[in-house]
Amino acid sequence: MESDIRLMKGNEALAHAMIRYGADGYFGYPITPQSEVLETLEAEMPWESTGMVVLQAESEVAAVNMVYAGAGAGKAVCTSSSSPGMSLMQEGISFIAAAELPALLINCMRGGPGLGTIQPSQADYFQATKGGGHGDYRLITLAPSSVQEMCDFVALGWDLAFKYRTPAMILADGTVGQMMEKVILPEPRRRRTEEELREQCPWAVTGKKNRKRNIITSLELNAPAMEVINNNLQAKYKRIEENEVRCEALNTEDCEYLIVAFGSMARICEKAMELARKQGLNVGLLRPITLWPFPAKAIEQAARKAKGILVVELSAGQMIEDVKLAVNCQVDTRHYGRMGGMIPTPDEILGVLKEMFVK
Amino acid sequence: MNMKQEDIIKPENCVYRKPSLLTDENMHYCPGCSHGVVHKLIAEIIEEMGMEDKTVGVSPVGCAVFAYNYIDIDWIQAAHGRAPSVATALKRLNPENLIFTYQGDGDLAAIGTCETIHAANRGENIAIIFINNAIYGMTGGQMAPTTLLGMKTSTTPYGRRADLNGHPLVMAPLMAQLDGTCYVTRQSVHTPAAVRKAKAAIRKAFENSMAGKGTSMVEIVSTCNSGWKLTPAQSNEWLVENMFKKYPLGDLKNE
Repeated sequence: MESDIRLMKGNEALAHAMIRYGADGYFGYPITPQSEVLETLEAEMPWESTGMVVLQAESEVAAVNMVYAGAGAGKAVCTSSSSPGMSLMQEGISFIAAAELPALLINCMRGGPGLGTIQPSQADYFQATKGGGHGDYRLITLAPSSVQEMCDFVALGWDLAFKYRTPAMILADGTVGQMMEKVILPEPRRRRTEEELREQCPWAVTGKKNRKRNIITSLELNAPAMEVINNNLQAKYKRIEENEVRCEALNTEDCEYLIVAFGSMARICEKAMELARKQGLNVGLLRPITLWPFPAKAIEQAARKAKGILVVELSAGQMIEDVKLAVNCQVDTRHYGRMGGMIPTPDEILGVLKEMFVK
Repeated sequence: MNMKQEDIIKPENCVYRKPSLLTDENMHYCPGCSHGVVHKLIAEIIEEMGMEDKTVGVSPVGCAVFAYNYIDIDWIQAAHGRAPSVATALKRLNPENLIFTYQGDGDLAAIGTCETIHAANRGENIAIIFINNAIYGMTGGQMAPTTLLGMKTSTTPYGRRADLNGHPLVMAPLMAQLDGTCYVTRQSVHTPAAVRKAKAAIRKAFENSMAGKGTSMVEIVSTCNSGWKLTPAQSNEWLVENMFKKYPLGDLKNE
């Protein structure tokens, strides 16, 4: 069968990928630069074709709690937003993680803090990978750098979420959401039947037919019992750290200078790396695909012979903290970033790298 | 006549029994609290409707957070105020389920006002059970949005003042004017007659939900004798004398 190749925005690819995954529900609220997700879903009317529920909620707070409920019913449900909206969702995300529910969350990051700007940013790295909401929880965080990955990570995110019963987030920047590229759409899958769902998610609240009742809650007032719950959560996070690290390494073997960047910045840094190598500089690029779990070992390995690491982010420097930890501060690690929606060029990055390390 | 205990305890002599859906868990509610009665009614109705295998309850934040311990059905506990959003998604994703929320006044009328009004305005096919006892019970008796003027709470120790604390928020008329609601009623459980009426109202709300008629809200004007610092009997008197003036019983909308 011929591949279904289209030209579309990253945000549109997300919507098409959801329908083709066999998603059960999407609950969203408009915010630039990710509104195309809800717009595309409403235009595609999947409730007519697959039975997928699509609902424009009254707020991001309502939307994330609809996702909490849908996930509680064992459904493949999703919400998407951009930075300020994602901040509003943090309580709900903490509930989803604590109740051990599978859900897909998408943040198409814009510049902050505050209302900030609608231009691209990567300044929600801390929020996504270090908690964001309250309590000791982690989010599987996937960072797409192309429209194809926007599409592919929908399935990956949901698969991981169901595998570990934990929320997974696609942490995209506004650039990846808004840019148009060629994308190969996956084969459509049908939604799970009620029987399949009950078998796959025996914990879901669907009515206690032929089983004892299920209760979904994150509350436990007994401190020793609450500690056990926390220990179990942490054990699960350790399993994820051991098994689900993903990254892309380009020319990192014996590289003299290592660039670490994710999302759209990795695309620009790839060009900077090519320019550098043309000039005889042995530069490698490591692109974390999972921001949590973080590819610390891969970075440590790639930087073994490096004279310096340049971490390029659309922020004041957030991922650099994890890179420094990865190399235990044994390699000179510097940050270059732009903020407020400004995006550096490949030449600009190469210039910075040379000035910092080559002299 | 010398009747023994075993002569009396026979199935044919049974006039009342605990609903089969009420669990044996000891309730944490204070003696005299309205929650226990309303829980019993819900358990009875679900059993009578034969919906125990298809019902999912949404418990709130507040005293009723532990409702899931007491009624033997599937439950999901919602973040503070978000029960109507949780119920929205549950019902839309599984329309064959009976979905109800059980919320207090702080949950429904303060932090969750937005979700309550929007779920009802969309006409979600859910039933909302609203326990209005004009106080925050779980956190220790603070002012609720429905606290009456002059009423003393731990955050209005000299009585609620309109100029300082605003007015009591009256939710039922707000809900009744929304096109998405089909049934809005105020009931109480302070007398046996009131309990019977409240039961009929909750059953109607559940039936509306399954018939796809829209959102129903049953407000139970309730007592919180611990929070009110009164005995259970005094609380019932205070309820009639004060609460019913601001929150009169009866149907506001019945379509």
